[in-house]
Amino acid sequence: MAINRQFKERWMRRFFFVIASTSIFILLLIMIFLFAEGLPIFKKVSLTDFIFGKYWYPTSEPPEFGIFPLIAASISVTVLSAVISIPLGVMTAIYLAEIAAFKVREIVKPMVELLAAIPSVVIGFFGMVIVSPFLQDMFDVATGLNLFNAALMLGFMSVPTICSISEDAVSSVPRAMKEASFALGATHFETIFKVVLPASLSGITTSIILGMSRAIGETMVVLMVAGGAAMIPLSIFDPVRPMPASIAAEMAEAPFRGDHYYALFATGVVLFCFTLMFNIIADHIAYKYKQTGDSTL
Amino acid sequence: MSKKTGFFIIAALSVFVFTTGFALAEKIVIKGSTTVLPIAQKCAEAYMVDNPDVKISISGGGSGNGIKAVIDSTTDIGDASRFIKGKEVKLAMEKGVYPVPFRIAYDCIIPVVHPSNNLKNITLVQLRAIYKGEIKNWKNVGGPDRKIVVISRDTSSGTYEVWNKKVMKKEKVFPGALLLASNGTIVQAVSKNKNAVGYIGIGYLDSSVKALTVNSIKGSAKTTLSGTFPISRPLFMFTTGWPKGETLNFINFILSPNGQRLVWSSGYVPLY
Repeated sequence: MAINRQFKERWMRRFFFVIASTSIFILLLIMIFLFAEGLPIFKKVSLTDFIFGKYWYPTSEPPEFGIFPLIAASISVTVLSAVISIPLGVMTAIYLAEIAAFKVREIVKPMVELLAAIPSVVIGFFGMVIVSPFLQDMFDVATGLNLFNAALMLGFMSVPTICSISEDAVSSVPRAMKEASFALGATHFETIFKVVLPASLSGITTSIILGMSRAIGETMVVLMVAGGAAMIPLSIFDPVRPMPASIAAEMAEAPFRGDHYYALFATGVVLFCFTLMFNIIADHIAYKYKQTGDSTL
Repeated sequence: MSKKTGFFIIAALSVFVFTTGFALAEKIVIKGSTTVLPIAQKCAEAYMVDNPDVKISISGGGSGNGIKAVIDSTTDIGDASRFIKGKEVKLAMEKGVYPVPFRIAYDCIIPVVHPSNNLKNITLVQLRAIYKGEIKNWKNVGGPDRKIVVISRDTSSGTYEVWNKKVMKKEKVFPGALLLASNGTIVQAVSKNKNAVGYIGIGYLDSSVKALTVNSIKGSAKTTLSGTFPISRPLFMFTTGWPKGETLNFINFILSPNGQRLVWSSGYVPLY
């Protein structure tokens, strides 16, 4: 009997190990594939020419593979979307965790999380058909398919991520800390900004970075509403072409294992480095500024 | 149950199994250009009604992918809105594959503007200057005093390739041009923006946008076939080696008067 139990235990352990390693192994293979298909382009152009080159003309003769405008586009769209989504997401989280009545919270929180379930192509279509003409009429800009529109749509997409994780962080602030603050005569507002927010800062920062990493990797929305001009944006109403949009639009027709194909994979490598960096920062902050319990007398 | 009846049942069953197995084996796989996709779709539907044993599966993915699938022998027919490139022929030869092209229709690419734009005609030279970013206002080409928003296709689409060759004469579209990923999105964007100019296949033309005549020639079936409309191109289906069996029959069907009628009803220009 005892042997049988041990035997089962050992096999269960192996079974779970195999399952866990399979998924990680496949992801690792994808990563190796990404690098293997992207690196050959650097035989044709140097790394600095690739990253800081100002012109992206992959199919003309001779081709030019400069992705600086694409990087600039990705960064500007992400930053602008963060400017929109951070206040919205964090403030909604604080409202839900600290101020809202229980009933309101029970209804609003699932609704905000439901926003994350809207397929990105639907958000893209909305931006294209509704927001774009509206921007054209409202701001009298040449085209509504621009950086601002894309950032707005991405901002709405990041709000559920930011709100949901921030809300968890804010509501997990120990009750004793808040009570101490109240006991010292602080108002509710002072308690939120001087006690609750600093205590949940690591969770909020993590949520912001995860939200931004979602925004920088998002493809469909930027493909549909960013306009797609491969130029360095000078105003927020200029059309831009972020990296994912470029990859998605061109990959289908790039000659297999041609320079263009390699260049698109190399763009994917750059994008991967960006999201990896975001995730490492998020992980680091979550670890370093972890609230490790409270102390009471 | 006697032995004899049992035998007959087995015989009947095996005949059934073998014939259905045979029927399922009659399968044609088509991949490639999204421009050719509507033609392939319509012809396949009609062909399958006449030949219920044949199953045709169609997927898009672009001319490059269609030709790549032919080179890798993963498809029977590869659609392309351009001719095969030298590099691709070389790759095919290395793999021992001989892609055979069939010209099945013509596409005609038409510059379009917002219906409120009073401009009717434009010259190739003006179009080139607009797409190079040299002309920035409609009044310089006889239109209203409005900024021009230039909309182009992604640089690897077949439509862009034709535009690049016939209009741009291989000169670069300026970086400030918007790049959209399909004919449909261009119609959508131009119909929503009174400053815009774009270009689409004749099959996607509808009343939400206004077609311009080029060098005073209206883009139509007649002008495309006679070669007078300057921005047109043939569309191809490539087969892996000379086609055999159902693949050959299907290609013959597309080239027949019935097939060509379907080409016209899909919005393209038939060969005759």
